[in-house]
Amino acid sequence: MIPIDYYLWLAAALFTIGVLGVLFRRNAIIIFMCIELMLNAVNLVMVAFSTYLNDAAGQVFVFFIMAVAAAEVAVGLAILIVMYRNTQTTDINVLNRLKW
Amino acid sequence: MTLNLFYFLSFVAVLSALLVVLSRSPVHSVLYLIVTFFSIAGHYVLLNAQFLAVVHVIVYAGAIMVLFLYVIMLLNLNKESEPHKSNLLKIAAAICAGLLMVVLVGSLKGTDMLVQQAPSDIGYVKNLGQVLFTDFLLPFEIASILLLAAMVGAVMLGKAEKPDDNKIHMK
Repeated sequence: MIPIDYYLWLAAALFTIGVLGVLFRRNAIIIFMCIELMLNAVNLVMVAFSTYLNDAAGQVFVFFIMAVAAAEVAVGLAILIVMYRNTQTTDINVLNRLKW
Repeated sequence: MTLNLFYFLSFVAVLSALLVVLSRSPVHSVLYLIVTFFSIAGHYVLLNAQFLAVVHVIVYAGAIMVLFLYVIMLLNLNKESEPHKSNLLKIAAAICAGLLMVVLVGSLKGTDMLVQQAPSDIGYVKNLGQVLFTDFLLPFEIASILLLAAMVGAVMLGKAEKPDDNKIHMK
């Protein structure tokens, strides 16, 4: 059987790649996808612990995280479309009025 | 055998996740992300969580990624027109992510290894449904309200604005 450490390392790698993507790219859609990647890394850890501890609560939490992610994507992509309608771009550097 | 499968799925997941970040065209990013999601679903199967694997494929690969692709096609973003960050910012981003990785490695190292108990069937629909509809009934219902609110919000945001609205032109 696979030790749980392996899943933790894998999830850490995926989470780091997600963070890298959020910091690295300027396209809002790519940043969104990287957030999904981070959510999935956390989900993987939850499922791994739920299986190894023999507790179904972790898998139910993953189920709820999926529901929240679906809601988040729906609203986020709607915001993105409105942003594109107003600025003709999805570059996040255009939306810098709250920066300073 | 299981370990080899684990290594293969992990390799595919990490590689395609890197390609999501590094590929130029958003459409390619979406396709690589779908590959990542499928390999994560494979991990769920390995972890004996069949129900979640199926739900993961349906919800993520089936619904969320289609939504992403739809928006990219709608906004016509499939050209490689994205202006890139300066090299300094890219290096800073890579260093920040590397530091996060160091922190994660440091916090995970030296933890006691968890011994797995006898293979269980908690990941099956029957047991998961039992838990979901007894212990987690209220959160389940609240999740449905959340989805309704998200739907209303998305429709409200996506609605065409009236011409007399003062739009914010940022360019």
